[in-house]
Amino acid sequence: MLTLKSVQAGYGRLVVLKGVSLHVRAGEVVTLIGGNGAGKSTLLKAVCGLVPVRRGVVEFAGQDLTRLPAERIVSLGLALVPEGRRVFASLSVAANLELGAFHRRDRQQVRRDLEELMARFPLLRERAGQPAGTLSGGEQQILAIARALMSRPRLLMLDEPSMGLAPKMLAQVYEILGELKRAGTTLLLVEQNARAALKLADRGYVLETGRIILQGSAAELQEDPEVQRAYLGKGYREVWE
Amino acid sequence: MFVQQLINGLTTGAAYALIALGYTMIYGILGLINFAQGELYMCGAFVAVLLLASGQVGFVGAFLAGMLAAALLGVALERVAFRPLRGSHPLVPLLSAIGASIFLQSLALLLFGPSDRPFPVQFEFRTVELAGLPVSTLQGLILLTALGFMVLLLAFVKYTTYGKAIIACALDRDTARLMGINVDRMVALTFFLGSALSGAAGILMAIYYNATYPRMGLLPGLKAFSAAILGGVGSIPGAILGGLLLGVAESLGAGYLSSGYKDAVAFVILILVLLLRPQGILKGKGH
Repeated sequence: MLTLKSVQAGYGRLVVLKGVSLHVRAGEVVTLIGGNGAGKSTLLKAVCGLVPVRRGVVEFAGQDLTRLPAERIVSLGLALVPEGRRVFASLSVAANLELGAFHRRDRQQVRRDLEELMARFPLLRERAGQPAGTLSGGEQQILAIARALMSRPRLLMLDEPSMGLAPKMLAQVYEILGELKRAGTTLLLVEQNARAALKLADRGYVLETGRIILQGSAAELQEDPEVQRAYLGKGYREVWE
Repeated sequence: MFVQQLINGLTTGAAYALIALGYTMIYGILGLINFAQGELYMCGAFVAVLLLASGQVGFVGAFLAGMLAAALLGVALERVAFRPLRGSHPLVPLLSAIGASIFLQSLALLLFGPSDRPFPVQFEFRTVELAGLPVSTLQGLILLTALGFMVLLLAFVKYTTYGKAIIACALDRDTARLMGINVDRMVALTFFLGSALSGAAGILMAIYYNATYPRMGLLPGLKAFSAAILGGVGSIPGAILGGLLLGVAESLGAGYLSSGYKDAVAFVILILVLLLRPQGILKGKGH
């Protein structure tokens, strides 16, 4: 569904992605894990057109995204929940959701989708008229996911949905992602929290300083000693001693 | 006298508020002060006056055509004077705006000559008693029309999807693009609306002062800029509040001090606001 072939991207003179290839098949949940500055967010932005692709190809459902401006990409069925949630703080919760469906012309279906999402996330209905900036971090994350779902994506990409969340909210966000997975939504999940991500994912990639250094099924990655040491925090003692 | 000065102030203040809305909306979405806003005011007045003088167009038609002309000029200005400079140092588009302002003034001087033109339609106006206060019907009409446009704009921004999309672009451009919002189009729409309002203000003041001339936009443009700063630049209610307050302050200053100080009042307020409360009365959006 989504294919990246030796993608290079960066900012100014800085090359962040140094030739990344990966793919996501329809119905799959794929996670991309890596530390700070590995290039995870840049990769998602390059797919969305927010960061220009210098070399290589990004293809989605047979279409070349490489030269497409960001605002055209969502209508192809690709949505991003950006890092740090980025809800429109002074707009109401309802307006945030409405803008999620900005590109859609099927007004009635949009209204039905809105109803459905509000039934599924009652907090959004309770807070519908409230400015989004008054929500807690976890609530904003749920709003950001719901806003992305309003675009009816075929592939939903999430950039560190667990960032800065209390454990209880984290569990709730991952529960939502689990529901999406069971409903057959294709997910590309970028995380520093490898433990949560690998539990949910079918497959995973490990990104380090702009290159994929490891890939495999989620189970394989969970068992990989390098992943365990670097991202799952196991075996610290052995390293120390 | 106080009430009369108050009403005079509200009338000119309403015009400042309409222009200030253009400043504040454009600042909100692009972070730039469009110093050619006063020339859009002048453009609206000229188009309406010329159309009316031709005798071919009715008052409402000429009014709307004046607004439309200002709106289209605003959109063209954005394309020519600002869009190519996006991403450059913030002083560069500012200079470009001042350049555009001088250019448009000179162009009007060349096309229409330096002399004042009276408003081609004479309005019957009289003074009526409203709750014991003397109110000129002309002032009342100008005030109501201006307030009507403000309400329309507020409703547009608050209740329509495009209005919300403009706010979204002002808040977070990248995320707005992820929603499929074409930022360039929203910027053009913002210029269209802001310029139409300035054009309307120009026509209203052309009626009020019964004079249309190439440099008519200079002072109202600068005063409306002060009004936008006073209200909190980037804030839409702030622009309305700032405009009305400034108009009233100016009118009271003229009435109680000396009419010679009228123009100074606005700029003294600007200096005081910048010194004491640079974010304005209602906190504007900082860029």
